[in-house]
Amino acid sequence: MHELPVSESILEIALRHAEGRRVTNLYLVIGQLSSIVDDSIQFYWDIIGQGTLAEGAKLHFRRIPTELLCLDCGQSFAPGEDSFACPACGSLKVKVAKGEEFFLESIEVET
Amino acid sequence: MTIRIPVVEKILSANDRLAAENRAALDAAGVFSLNFMASPGAGKTSLIEQTVHALAGKLRIAVVDGDIATSLDADRAAAAGASQAVQINTGGDCHLDAVMLHEALPKVNLAGADLLIVENVGNLVCPASFALGTHKSVLIASIPEGDDKPYKYPSMYHGVEALVVNKIDLLPYVPFRMDFFRQGVEALNPGVITFPLSCRTGEGIEPWLNWVIQQVNLKRNL
Repeated sequence: MHELPVSESILEIALRHAEGRRVTNLYLVIGQLSSIVDDSIQFYWDIIGQGTLAEGAKLHFRRIPTELLCLDCGQSFAPGEDSFACPACGSLKVKVAKGEEFFLESIEVET
Repeated sequence: MTIRIPVVEKILSANDRLAAENRAALDAAGVFSLNFMASPGAGKTSLIEQTVHALAGKLRIAVVDGDIATSLDADRAAAAGASQAVQINTGGDCHLDAVMLHEALPKVNLAGADLLIVENVGNLVCPASFALGTHKSVLIASIPEGDDKPYKYPSMYHGVEALVVNKIDLLPYVPFRMDFFRQGVEALNPGVITFPLSCRTGEGIEPWLNWVIQQVNLKRNL
């Protein structure tokens, strides 16, 4: 539900870094845990980009799956449906290693 | 010709900047603040009522209530004895963000408060993404929601500093595997302080109240 403010924020960051040049492509990195829906951002993007230097720019999403790290044996693994236990040693001492990313990695601009 | 420019900027950085301003304003006033998050019906407002009711003689408590509509929750907080209660209506937004709290803070007399409780919109997804600038986040889970919630809403369970498990008076009537629940919590948030309690019967509320008082005192002595 909050993809509109998120889209506005993406636009603001992109235009600031473009420094007056036309933006053609945006490369976003989105972790699975950040609860963001690509299609919704695309939907808002097409509207809020209108009339700006980023109008018509393409959004590229790189999704990072959630990855847990076992603090006992060092194994990296994807969480199960209803278990966060390490598949290698069964430990429950784990930490979230990947999946919380949510940033604009780079943009492409016309020169 | 096009060129690629590295950006690497967090998309919610504007929110984070404003959250830092909120934090600075609270720090300057010496006010300790909590962000209450939970699904609808878990007992956010009930916990505020119980907390305010029990501590009103010891602490001056201000409450900022976020809801999509109505001022019912702020009214309940005021009735329970909150020294100030401010309602934010998000107008449909699924969460509070730092901007909304930034606009609400001037309506609170911070000099006249020891503790600020911010009640977020009932939702286990979106509020986890938006920092407000409060000092600690508290998640209020409840027994009837089911024991699988840490597995289904990992971001929320991962990002809080305290966990309240409300409605423990319903444990005899609802299938809830406390071990399974705690295993999920422990994996996402090792060692997070947890308060099993019942806002309805008052069971277990004492350790929670002591923790709140302790946190306020820590802030005062800084």
